[in-house]
Formats: sequence, structure tokens, C-alpha cells
Amino acid sequence: MKKGQINMRFRTVAELVEVAETEGNKISDVMLAHESDVMGRSEEEIFTEMSRHLDVMEEAIQRGLTEDIKSHSGLTGGDAKKIQAYKKNAKVLLSGPTLLDAVSRATATSEVNAAMGTIVATPTAGACGILPGTIFTAAEKLNASRETMVRGLFVSGAIGLTIANNASISGAAGGCQAEVGSATAMAAAAVVEMAGGSPSQSAEAVAIALKNMLGLVCDPVAGLVEAPCVKRNAMGAAIAMVAADMALAGVKSVIPTDEVIDAMYQIGQSMPVALKETALGGLAATPTGRALERQIFKTVDESL
Amino acid sequence: MKYRTIFDIIGPVMIGPSSSHTAGAARIGRAARTIFGRVPKRVIITLYGSFAKTYRGHGTDVALAGGILGFDTFDKRIVNALEIAKQQGVEIVFRESDELTTHPNTARMYLEDANGNMEVVGISIGGGKMEIVELNGFALNLSGNDPVLLVLHQDQYGAVARVATVLANHEINIGYMQVSRKEKGSEALMSIETDQKVESIVQNEISDLMGIVSVTVL
Repeated sequence: MKKGQINMRFRTVAELVEVAETEGNKISDVMLAHESDVMGRSEEEIFTEMSRHLDVMEEAIQRGLTEDIKSHSGLTGGDAKKIQAYKKNAKVLLSGPTLLDAVSRATATSEVNAAMGTIVATPTAGACGILPGTIFTAAEKLNASRETMVRGLFVSGAIGLTIANNASISGAAGGCQAEVGSATAMAAAAVVEMAGGSPSQSAEAVAIALKNMLGLVCDPVAGLVEAPCVKRNAMGAAIAMVAADMALAGVKSVIPTDEVIDAMYQIGQSMPVALKETALGGLAATPTGRALERQIFKTVDESL
Repeated sequence: MKYRTIFDIIGPVMIGPSSSHTAGAARIGRAARTIFGRVPKRVIITLYGSFAKTYRGHGTDVALAGGILGFDTFDKRIVNALEIAKQQGVEIVFRESDELTTHPNTARMYLEDANGNMEVVGISIGGGKMEIVELNGFALNLSGNDPVLLVLHQDQYGAVARVATVLANHEINIGYMQVSRKEKGSEALMSIETDQKVESIVQNEISDLMGIVSVTVL
């Protein structure tokens, strides 16, 4: 690794790519050095803490795919198992087994989250399924080591930090595009590096993934992190895998990555409050959304 | 930079379902408990904005209660925190307020026992991050990331200089500092974030200074 004296700090995705590629490093190398520098901790200590996060992700996937998960409200749970069973038994899979693995693992994690299980917020709990779904599926496909997977988390963290500091990662501030959108972009960048892609290709994957999440509003039924959140995690994982493949194929985004991130921020700023986690608009305000809200809070009240 | 460490992005490890309404709430409760310095006997929690509207569905109530019992964001006991509090003889009352606050996810907590009481206001700002913005009527801004020294003192000249001198003598660097008072000449609160840990010997030295009412290290 050629680092040491070189300044590994970055504020934008363009800077991150430049810092990495000038010295022939990976994004994960830059992120480790940056974290070590900013927080005054050894890279080894940071790496160990991150591998524990990967273990928590794996346990959540396992629970969601094997146990009978049901949330307190009853809105979510059990779909991850359904998708896995279909993948095993269906004669034809329209999207393919890899994509369905990513989707079912993302769903499993989000269902465990909704049922008050243990997860890692990436970057938020509402978007916690996308990274585990893609990283574990890509690792299986690529026969990747545990170290490569943890490195994937560092890549996604590097992208997440730039998005959080230049735009937003909160649904209340920027809509679902800021949560599930950011997580999808982070995951796409991670699996590109895991597959041997360059830092530039990771950056292209971020742009391609995030562009397809722009404008996504945060409209949770009854204000709960369940519907449509679980299914948006599922589709986020699917988009991340496809965006990664496109970037690895050499496809480039017409609009540079940092400008896509800025567009996401601007869209979030002009998004009406009713569509930013207030449960006042979108799916939350549909007749069924409202009926479910009344039903859930009545039931919860009675159980107290 | 709003977010400094990668573990703000890949983390925290937490009990679901919401980083702002569950993990952030647990951290607010835990900060209140740390500032109080002991397990309270009775707690009144007033919830505002989105906290007030959705707290049952997000487990904000159990998370706040878990925090008050000292549980971290990933502690599975959070799920049963209300029952555990009852077993430990801690009475926790929740109130919903429709009063408008600056931040949508706000909780006001009144803690008391036979030895005293305290009131703090915390906000959950997203991704599990939180800030304590008020303590006993004093405005402040605590993120809970760095070591913090809270010094209640008489509002008069020289108090800040005397405290800063003690820190300097012990080679403790101040990263952020805020002085807040309710009115001129009454009591004031210094909140000081330091780069180094503040040992009890330093704490005692500050307590002995002229015009210092109390010193809390977090």
C-alpha cells in the first residue's frame, strides 16, 4: 500500500477518486487512512470494529430468512422467506437467482429491523437492508473473502460520508432518495470494488444508482419504517447490483457523480414537507394507508 | 463537516426500527441518565412533533426508557425496557405535546429522586445522532461524541478564565465551549468539549475554584 505521508482526506467523490487513483490505491484504502487520521485510531482497530458490523448484518439476514418475523403492527414480515422459496422452486426466474438473493437478503434485514431486531444503520435503519443484501450476495457470487466484504463496507462508508456532508441522508430532510437512494449508491460503489472495478467505476456506479432514485419521496404508512420501506430496500438492492454491472461494463454517467449528489440535495430542499417522513402525503395518505393507520394505532392503544 | 466518522454512516448497531426514533431516542435517554449521574426514581417525558405522533410504532418510548436505564442502542433489553423500569422501581410517565418545537424529533425529560431533580431537552437529528440542547433551562449543544465538562458557576468575570487555566495546566485542549445564562449576574453554565479525558483530580480542582457551584464530567 502506497500511503503514509500522503494526504488521504477527501470532501467529494471526485476528490476521493483522485486521491485513490493518483497513488494506485483502492477507495477502501483511502477511507481507512482518512478515518485513522481524523479519529486518531489505528487502521487495525477500525477494521476490527467494521468486521463486527458485518457479523451483525449476517445475523440479521440469517434471522430474516429462517425465523418467522412479524412486526408489532403486523404490516411486514415473511416476504424474505417467500422470495427465497420461490427462487428455489420456480421453473423460470425472470430476473435471475443473483438478483433474487440480493432482494431477499435486503428484505430479510429490513423485516428484522421492523420487528425491533438488531441491525446496522446504513446509513439509517430505514435503509439498513440494501448494503447487507448486495454485499453478501456479491461475495457469494465472487467467492470473495471476509476482508473483501469488510472493505466493501469502507467503500460504501466513503460514499456515504460525502453524501451526508454535501447533501443529506435523512428522510425527514431529503426524502427517501436521501436514505434508500444514498444506501443504493453506497452499495453499488462497494460491489464494484469487490468485483475488481476501479475507483472511477465505483463513482460511476454511484451516479447511475442515485440518478434512478432521484425524487423518491418518504411517505411511510402510519409513519412507521415498514411500508413501503421494506420493498424499497428490496428494489434498492436490485438497482445497486445492476448499476454496478453497468459501471463495470464501462458505462459512464453523463452528469458527474458530485453533481448528481447535489441534484439530490436540491430536489430534497424543494420537496414538500408532506412527502418528507411526516406521513401526510403519498402512500401514507391513500385510503388504504389511512385505514391501516387507524387500525394499527387503535390496536396498539388497546394493547397498552 | 456534519459527519466525521465512518461509523456515523455504517452504524450504529441498533435495535430497530428507526435510527432517529429508536437509536437516537435511546441515546437521548442515556445522556440524560449520565448527566443525572444515577438511576432516577421518577421520570416525566414529554414528546413533541414526530416523536409525539409516532412514538408507539417506533418504540421511541421503550428506547428512551432503555436509555434512562443505561442501555446502549444495541442492547436487546430495550424491547422490554418499560417492564424492566417498573421492576427496578423507576416510574416513567409519557406525555404528548402538540406545542411546536424547532426540531421535529424532540423529547423533554424531567428526572427526579430523593436527592434532587433535573430537566433536559434532547433532539434526534438523524441516522442515530442526537444533541442535548437544554439542561435545567440553560441552552447548550452537546453531541455526546467527545468528553464534556459541565460547570455551573456564578455569572461573574474571571470564572471562564479560571476554569480554562486549570485545563491548560493539565494540558487538556478545549475543542468547543459554550457559556449560557438565564439572566445577567445569576448562575451560568459552561459546557466544554475537550480532546482529552478529564480525570477526577482535574474535576476536583475546578470544583474548588471561586464561584463554582458544581462540576459534572460526561
